[in-house]
Amino acid sequence: MPPKDILATLAAGKVLVLDGATGTNLQARGLESGQLSESWMLEHPEKILQLHQDFIQAGANVILTCSFNGNRYRLQHANLQDKADEINRKAAALAKQAAEGTDVFVAGSLGPTGQMLSPLGTLDPADAEASYAAQAVSLAAAGVDLLVIETQFDLGEALAAVKGVRSVSSLPLAVSFSYERAGRTMMGVKPAQAAAELQQFKVDILGINCGRSLDENMKALRELRSATSLPIWFKPNAGLPRVDESGNTVYDVSPQDMGDNVPAWVEAGASLVGGCCGTSPEHLAAIAATVSRLDAAS
Amino acid sequence: MEDSLKAIYNAIIDGAADKSAAAVQTALDAGVDPALILNEGMIVAMTEVGKLFEEGEYFVPEMLISAKAMQAGLSILKPRLVKESYKSAGKIIIGTVKGDLHDIGKNLVSMMLEGAAFEIVDLGSDVPPQKFVDAVRENEADFVAMSALLTTTMPNMKTTIEALEEAGLRSKVKVLIGGAPVTSQYAHEIGADGFAPDASRAVALAKSLAAS
Repeated sequence: MPPKDILATLAAGKVLVLDGATGTNLQARGLESGQLSESWMLEHPEKILQLHQDFIQAGANVILTCSFNGNRYRLQHANLQDKADEINRKAAALAKQAAEGTDVFVAGSLGPTGQMLSPLGTLDPADAEASYAAQAVSLAAAGVDLLVIETQFDLGEALAAVKGVRSVSSLPLAVSFSYERAGRTMMGVKPAQAAAELQQFKVDILGINCGRSLDENMKALRELRSATSLPIWFKPNAGLPRVDESGNTVYDVSPQDMGDNVPAWVEAGASLVGGCCGTSPEHLAAIAATVSRLDAAS
Repeated sequence: MEDSLKAIYNAIIDGAADKSAAAVQTALDAGVDPALILNEGMIVAMTEVGKLFEEGEYFVPEMLISAKAMQAGLSILKPRLVKESYKSAGKIIIGTVKGDLHDIGKNLVSMMLEGAAFEIVDLGSDVPPQKFVDAVRENEADFVAMSALLTTTMPNMKTTIEALEEAGLRSKVKVLIGGAPVTSQYAHEIGADGFAPDASRAVALAKSLAAS
């Protein structure tokens, strides 16, 4: 089998289905609120594997490794900072195991450090860069097909992340921001700014994930499309969480609604579509079904 | 506004910590009433910062440097405020809930509340329900303010409210919640007293609850 090339697949005009939520779904499967998914993965690798398999079953073409918090700053919280390498390799191995024998791409996930860069905060940009580089090394060594730096809000950290990753890896790279304040990130970054800055580096895919409502994410998507010619990754939340009568956290966008929105996303220029928080395998199946229908019609 | 107060106001709006501290010192040296410095210089400035944030003019970086400038001034002012008759707007226990490490938003809310003359007991991030309960009891607090950025840690706001109920403290405090995924509907559903979408509106909410 020739090596899988996601950029060639995208260049051929194919729309790819990303996966759904990690945290929300693991919680539905026993992860306690507050425990890091990565620490739970070490105890219950079979649960992570099962979630990957469920997303593939639902129609995902790209699955993300359970390594969002796999940097030293986040892992410190669970006193796992010394196990960062092992955790990232394990996360990649589980995703690869699920994808084995399929055409599914494995994307190594790198989330924010959760620290603010100096001078606003205390994190030295060079340390942030080193942290992202270390995580990319582990994920790449375990054989992921691409890397995604996701849920970013600060341009400084995103640029440090890209520099860090690019200092150690030439894998296809997606960089995705969360626009949660009326089309801007909490630090005030606009999609067009993110595009302008990131395009100066070797970034292959620009993205939007998490955020707030589908409407707000849609606006950000339109702005990003007008600012770049790179493929766009679009992974919005299934709306906002609320509590149902029995005290469970539920999201206000149903699988059907999520699926019905997909043609508009593709129309607006997204070529990798999935969902972030609240996106269950059922939501993902609805997204994938719409993508297949669009494929068949084109 | 007096020139000395205007200088404090401008330093805070511009986020200039050194200037803010120096302007407060100048005003004190000139014999301006410390309470006036706080109310007419600093609080007015932070209210304007909050308004600019709500209007989408300021984002987290601008708000953060203004809050730091406010704190720089406040550190000069505070020793004098204690001597004068300084009235706290209320005592607030604040923290990011268990399992959640995000403290950027919580810190901003904390600084804005401090800038509005509330007394703050900041428990940091990843705060278990029992720690909130203990802090309420020890400090005889008026408010509990909780933050969660993650949809996966939001349920711990509910758990904390339940812990306050079990400890018999729920009726003694007003509970405010906030964080990116949090909505007013969610606040209602878990039995909080109020929700604020940002740091500026958290101040307005705390003030209105304090008055009620």
